[in-house]
Amino acid sequence: MSHPGGLAHDEPWPYLWTMNFGPQHPATHTTLRLVLKLDGERVVDAMPDIGFLHSGFEKLGEHLDYNQYVTVTDRMNYVSPMANNVAWHLAVEKLLGIETPPRCQSIRVIVAELARISDHLLCLGAMGLDTGAFTHFIYAFNPREQISDIFEALCGARFTNSYTRVGGLMYDASPNAIEMIRDFLKQLPKTLSDMERLMNRNRIFVDRMKGVGVLSKAEAINRGCSGPIARASGVTRDLRKNEPYLNYRDFDFNVCCAEGGDCYARYLVRLAEIRESLKIIHQAVENLPAGPVNVVGTGPFFGEKTFFANQSRSENTDLSPSASRVILPDKKAVFSTIEGLISHFELVMANRGFRTPCEEIYCATEAPNGELGFYIVGDGGPRAYRARCRPPSFVHFALFPHLIRGHTIGDVVAVLGSLNIIAAELDR
Amino acid sequence: MMDSRVIQQLQTAFPNLTASEFRGQTRVVAPVESIHEVLETLKEKFAFDLLVDITCVDYLYYPDAEDRFGLVYLLANAETGRRITVRCFVNDTDPTVPSVVGLWKGANWLEREVWDMFGVRFDGHPDLRRILLPEEFTAHPLRKDYPLQGRGERHNFPVITRAEG
Repeated sequence: MSHPGGLAHDEPWPYLWTMNFGPQHPATHTTLRLVLKLDGERVVDAMPDIGFLHSGFEKLGEHLDYNQYVTVTDRMNYVSPMANNVAWHLAVEKLLGIETPPRCQSIRVIVAELARISDHLLCLGAMGLDTGAFTHFIYAFNPREQISDIFEALCGARFTNSYTRVGGLMYDASPNAIEMIRDFLKQLPKTLSDMERLMNRNRIFVDRMKGVGVLSKAEAINRGCSGPIARASGVTRDLRKNEPYLNYRDFDFNVCCAEGGDCYARYLVRLAEIRESLKIIHQAVENLPAGPVNVVGTGPFFGEKTFFANQSRSENTDLSPSASRVILPDKKAVFSTIEGLISHFELVMANRGFRTPCEEIYCATEAPNGELGFYIVGDGGPRAYRARCRPPSFVHFALFPHLIRGHTIGDVVAVLGSLNIIAAELDR
Repeated sequence: MMDSRVIQQLQTAFPNLTASEFRGQTRVVAPVESIHEVLETLKEKFAFDLLVDITCVDYLYYPDAEDRFGLVYLLANAETGRRITVRCFVNDTDPTVPSVVGLWKGANWLEREVWDMFGVRFDGHPDLRRILLPEEFTAHPLRKDYPLQGRGERHNFPVITRAEG
């Protein structure tokens, strides 16, 4: 197998070992492969080989309608599917020019922050596990179980939630689910302090993490990093603050940053972000606005400048979809009234659905791993012409050779764990 | 927010640049000959130091489209969160655009993905190989003339048997 430009050190050091790491190895967490060039125990170079989980999600996005595709986004970063759901439908709503009601926005903030906690807990737990601390992993996984229960109460699914819809949510949050979230908010801080006391000053853990995989601020920006990885290197960028989407503007929280840029800094940033997420959820739950979760009303959504394919502008004004033409009707109305049934089928049938402007938008959210954005091209029809996902894992995994050079083979798992690579999102 | 000052200065430097805005997003279209220069100017002079994404759209079946491929560069400022979208169009049978790996190291994998999925070549890329699909793959599957279910490549992938191993 030849890799032009891959491992350039073949010639001067003929005694280097080549080691294959993955694709089926528990410490890679998912299916990815690394070819390591070793000088004894020291890693001279690494070459990531990805694509084992490539399943053509972006191609599928061109063949599924805007509501159906949310099921595919669940399977991108399957550790925090809710965050992906929210990101996808925010992008679709930006394309359509829909503003969701305040209750919907608050619930979306709650589920997105729960997803962030869930993602960070997995990452922290696995970082401990990779460096030999099994208890830490169990501590982190118990609250994840509780989050799955909350998601089950919200939408019936624990793992692949598909909770959002264009202009709203699948279901409103029940009082029961809100109570479960309140319980969770009370219990998690105790677990977090346990985790902190167990690991933060643990000599073995700190020795394995500190000074390993150092990423400078300039490199972080130059290589397009975002999220906790960039913030651990001193970049203050957080999309929830910089370009507030949903109603993040209303909440009081801090952006957690560190300056070390090493694995330990990434660990601390993630840990601190969990506490900030708890603060946001607490504020959102206690101030949850009443009202509908889906967009209501009949006004046209599009601005004046948009136009549709094969239509003149004068026709366009009459055909602009109103809320009732975009939002899936309530299930009760579908089963009991003929109007509900008709509007349901008008939206879900293969040759129906709503119209979209012939425009292109990019909408980004602060997902647990970093900037998760969708670049959607609308062509007037009910399906996206192009549904590009900007996956944080893909950008971050490209860092890996840079971070690991010069460290030992034992550090490979530490660096990999701190980047929190989710291969399903990496390969899509 | 339309950053009119940036657009004006940019248009003075590059006269054949068109700008537009949609839902608060500023977008400029640059000719492919000057795309590298435009991106470099945006990075060095206007502090768009973060390359968020490079992607491509195949406009083969797009209504009223004139060009085949549209390259999309999403830039941002790491401090303020200001954003700008830069696009350029390519048409040839062997579409080529200049690589920006020299400006942003993060462009490396993003450009490899565009090459893999659309077959757009990046001139000056240090290591332009397929990234998600296997080396043996011949097509570029996100092109619109490639069928959703593939052309049967999957059944012809080389398989390692135990006897060989």
